[in-house]
Amino acid sequence: MSAAALAPARRPFGLPRALASQEALLAIAIVGLAIVVGADNARFLAVRNLSDILLGNAYVAVAAIGMSMVIVSGNIDISVGALIGVLATLSGTLAVSGAPVFLAWLAPLVVGVAVMALQGAVVAYLRIPAIVVTLGMLSILKGGLISATGGKWITDLPESFHLADIELFGILPMPVVIMVLATLAAAYWMRNSAAGRAIYAAGGNAEAARLCGVSPQRTVVMVFALHGLFAGVASLLFATQLKVIQSTVPPNLELTVITAAVVGGVSILGGVGTVVGSTLAAVLIAEIASALVFVDVSPYWIRAVQGALILATVVADILRRRRRLAGG
Amino acid sequence: MAALAQTPPRTLPSWLFRHETLVAAILVVALAGLGALNERFLTVDNLLNQGRLMTEVGLIALPMTFVIVTGGIDLSVGAIVGLCAIMLGVSWKTLGLPLPLAILVALGVGALAGFVNGWVITRVKVPPLIMTIATLALYRGLAEGVSQAHSVRNYPEWFYFAGQGELFGVPAQLWILLGAIVVAGVALDRTVFGRTLYAIGANETAARFSGLPVDRTKLIVYTLSGLMAGVSGWILVSRVTTTRSDMGIGYELDVIAAVVLGGTSIFGGVGTIWGTVVGLVMIQLLKNGLALTGVKGDATIVVIGLVLIASTLIASSLQRRRDAGG
Repeated sequence: MSAAALAPARRPFGLPRALASQEALLAIAIVGLAIVVGADNARFLAVRNLSDILLGNAYVAVAAIGMSMVIVSGNIDISVGALIGVLATLSGTLAVSGAPVFLAWLAPLVVGVAVMALQGAVVAYLRIPAIVVTLGMLSILKGGLISATGGKWITDLPESFHLADIELFGILPMPVVIMVLATLAAAYWMRNSAAGRAIYAAGGNAEAARLCGVSPQRTVVMVFALHGLFAGVASLLFATQLKVIQSTVPPNLELTVITAAVVGGVSILGGVGTVVGSTLAAVLIAEIASALVFVDVSPYWIRAVQGALILATVVADILRRRRRLAGG
Repeated sequence: MAALAQTPPRTLPSWLFRHETLVAAILVVALAGLGALNERFLTVDNLLNQGRLMTEVGLIALPMTFVIVTGGIDLSVGAIVGLCAIMLGVSWKTLGLPLPLAILVALGVGALAGFVNGWVITRVKVPPLIMTIATLALYRGLAEGVSQAHSVRNYPEWFYFAGQGELFGVPAQLWILLGAIVVAGVALDRTVFGRTLYAIGANETAARFSGLPVDRTKLIVYTLSGLMAGVSGWILVSRVTTTRSDMGIGYELDVIAAVVLGGTSIFGGVGTIWGTVVGLVMIQLLKNGLALTGVKGDATIVVIGLVLIASTLIASSLQRRRDAGG
């Protein structure tokens, strides 16, 4: 084998390879679905509907950024849905009780980081599997929230509290701006900073990472803390999008967030994935739900179609990866 | 040699330090405490009734122990409960099948749902966590789609026996659970099948090279998990007398909590059926005992979360000390 023979294998044609990435496939699926459904029912393409899809689901995409990091580091978090419910309630309660708005916005971020960093520390230093720790935390947060509030609705929120209503330069809705900025910042950071690369190293091979001078423990705590920060931001978008906050845990939110991360191409085995993919996946999942309504599918079938699509994506992803491995 | 002589001889038997023993000890203390606080708690009537309520989760926790011992996980069980309940109701009421046949259809659907999980996990090599998250959405979605949010009611009187009747003074479904516990316990501890599960969980590659039927065993385990979720769905419908598509929501977490609390390692290779039974009883009686002493239902979930984390913490530190000492 000469170096010349190896060279083409190392640098294949750039464009097809880029198009075959999970992110490109998702982008194509998002646009393709919009065209197909739009041809059937033009109202689907109305700016109002498209922005509703983005606005209503930006918080899922933001939470999926943190979840992607957690999964890339080789862990999982099933407490995030409960945490977002708790943080949204906390923020709303502060706002109603007359605290300054910046405090109502800041508190969920701080508490989110604290709760998640604690979980990360238990996972990393006491070596309890993340699924057990976060399952326990899910119970604690969910039970604690309902017994503290009784599931009451928080109403009479001050006008200035509604972060989601702000439009930057009069046209750009805040949730979408935050979603895009958070995704780009996280993607850049994970790709180019030493700490960001450490996440991949810890998830790919913790022992090798340790020998390279990366502390897998510290990396896991950092990842969970960041995940808490994104959960805090997500809870703000979630809390401020409606005029009331129901102080309960949004049902199945953790599964929606994990689904977005996984469909986005984050390998559950750790070490692989990007947050651009997870954000695109969150958008696609929301788009599918909306599209089904526009093509007159009974709303009761939405979840089945979503499930089938998730399954198809996951299987396709695994097969594609295996072929790439087999092909060299 | 001198150093060796100085290590104190181990006088306590090793089973005392097992996770299951520890949880059982906590259970006894908790029972005594709760019994002292409330005289209605430690009565035969109450305990039998708790057994009735425990059955649906318990029947799924047994095959879940198998699944987790192989190093896998099945998050779709709650959704399968809902799907089977709906299939039972729809094939009886809408399709007009005789009820016994409708029950068989429901069990068949459960086994098929589990088989699909197992098939894709073993053939396509999709990680179990991902596969069963995907089918959780799919199966729950099918249940919602098939039912179109209609519930099915007015089953004939005999149908309620499994969920509400009594046999020799003990709730009918508790007999099913007890039978299933014995079968599962013997199967895991005393059969080639059971030992294969441990071998797969401890080191799948080694198990494969030893000529063990790894894929076939996993396929059986996931199918069994689906089938038992079907049985659980049938008993649930019989107990609550109605069929709805949201039945069994969140069961997966209760089931996994019971299994993990019982000392089964989420990494695979370690775990016993009796540990799972202790975990199961512990969760149910904690819920009930706290509720009777005036703690609201939601606060009991907090306690269960704390107990889950604390018991794993204690068990793993015991384990580490044993590893270091031995």
